[in-house]
Amino acid sequence: MSLAAKTLADLRSDLENGSCTSVEIVRSLEQRIQAVDGRLNAYLERDFEDALTQAEQADARRAAGETGALLGIPVAVKDLLNVKGQSCRCASRILEGYISPYDATSVAKLRDAGAILFGRLNMDEFAMGASTEHSAYGVCRNPWNTDHVAGGSSGGSAAAVAADTAVVTLGSDTGGSVRQPASFCGCVGLKPSYGRISRYGLTAFASSLDQIGVLSKTVSDAAEVLGVIAGHDPMDTTSLPEPVPDYLSALGGDLKGLKIGVADEFFGVGVEPEVAQQVQAAIDQLRELGAEPVKVSFPHLEYAVSVYYILAPAEASANLSRFDGVRYGNRVEAEDPVALMKATREAGFGDEVKRRILLGTYMLSSGYYDAYYVKALKARALIKKDADAAFAQCDLLATPVAPSAAYRVGEEAEDPLKLYLGDICTIPANLTGGCGISVPCGFSSTGLPIGLQLLGPAFAEERLLNAAHVYEQSTDWHNRKPSL
Amino acid sequence: MSEHTPDLDHVDIHYVANLARIELGEEEAVRLQEELDSTLAYIRKLNELDLEGLEPMSHPHPQVNVLREDVPTQENDSEALLQNAPSRVQDLVRVPQMMEDT
Repeated sequence: MSLAAKTLADLRSDLENGSCTSVEIVRSLEQRIQAVDGRLNAYLERDFEDALTQAEQADARRAAGETGALLGIPVAVKDLLNVKGQSCRCASRILEGYISPYDATSVAKLRDAGAILFGRLNMDEFAMGASTEHSAYGVCRNPWNTDHVAGGSSGGSAAAVAADTAVVTLGSDTGGSVRQPASFCGCVGLKPSYGRISRYGLTAFASSLDQIGVLSKTVSDAAEVLGVIAGHDPMDTTSLPEPVPDYLSALGGDLKGLKIGVADEFFGVGVEPEVAQQVQAAIDQLRELGAEPVKVSFPHLEYAVSVYYILAPAEASANLSRFDGVRYGNRVEAEDPVALMKATREAGFGDEVKRRILLGTYMLSSGYYDAYYVKALKARALIKKDADAAFAQCDLLATPVAPSAAYRVGEEAEDPLKLYLGDICTIPANLTGGCGISVPCGFSSTGLPIGLQLLGPAFAEERLLNAAHVYEQSTDWHNRKPSL
Repeated sequence: MSEHTPDLDHVDIHYVANLARIELGEEEAVRLQEELDSTLAYIRKLNELDLEGLEPMSHPHPQVNVLREDVPTQENDSEALLQNAPSRVQDLVRVPQMMEDT
């Protein structure tokens, strides 16, 4: 097996016992990227020379006796995380030429743990989309079948892990943007609880929903990285001062007595039969492993998409007002400042971003605020009640991630509403602030991956990761590789 | 901006585009108007719900006044920030004239 195809855990032990160097890992990734990324377009930027310099430094530090959870391990990030000295375009034209003057806190923590910050990954522009077709720099394709989408918005982050062009990646999840591409590409996608990871340096989309997530080849790799980047940060007032447990040591316990909630509503929202079947088989497998499936209900799930498509655009319309062509990014010159802003935003934003800004602006404008925005906030409380009631009866929920496996490129791009409805199973975790994970649980009849979603209440990551890990290790799905 | 009458079924695309500071082409405006109206028609599903007595939930974990010590720090280097400016004069960001000369 090439170094590029190995898990983070395996590479770490290889580095520790001296059977490989960090420079060799970077060279192996370089070779793999040169061979396959032209067909995927997962990377928007990759600076091999800089990565090699960082790798040489990591090897020297190791030779000098230093250790570090991620010392010498390359980590690639979604194009909306700031890495000092790198571009950060959020896959948008409006940020062409922008160079980050600082590190996001999660990035700084990766650096402190010894990681090599290498590569910027494709995404839907400003994380708005679910297919990475809405990138200003071209579609990212699915490694299992390049006629199909990688999912999104963290499509590049998922495709790179699945295609072995990255060991582990960071993405962001506002309504499912880590979990859904992980499901489509057949890797692990962890969305931690709201407040678990500092978002300082993460370009804001919808601030009451956004969370940084980890995409990896195994659950234990996600647990490892979560342990590195989690924790309170004075620069993000929404990050909570909960202690950060040793997530790795939480793995491997048995599932005896673990109550897995199954709610019919999650299977009745346009979920295709073969997806429902694979997820049901995974629930049966969890039962074999000692867990106890219990029937619960989530009566207001059908309203989750409406709530989300009011709140997310409303928050986005405010957050994206900073892209005005004045202080950074692209500018279209005009005779007065307002004309400059209008022309800059017209030229700089793609269709989906404009749709959401306009929708959000409408929702928040005088005369509509109560009818849409306040109503959505109240309905959000109702969905939180559903989640609280469900988690009073079970430890975790098991659901599909998405209604289908990855669709064909272009198939759903024409109908924004249809695309929005695909987020229904993942949105509740963002609305309520809970944690969730997607783990590979099978394949469609056409050979595309399908994911199992496990959901937990806020700060139940240990329980969530353990269940996902025990399930994963009892199957072979995570060992399958696409033939690219 | 002139008078605007709220319409809960249709997005007045030109009014909203002006508020959002986005200049739209004519064809683009027509297309976006249709797409947004169909999204609105779906979103109005919320009207089926009885939301009486529910507290609006704007944030997953309710928080009040998160404060920290007011200690000066050197967070950013002004030269790195200014290098991102699309147009610059010395240590200033250049923009078109905003006010008339008096």
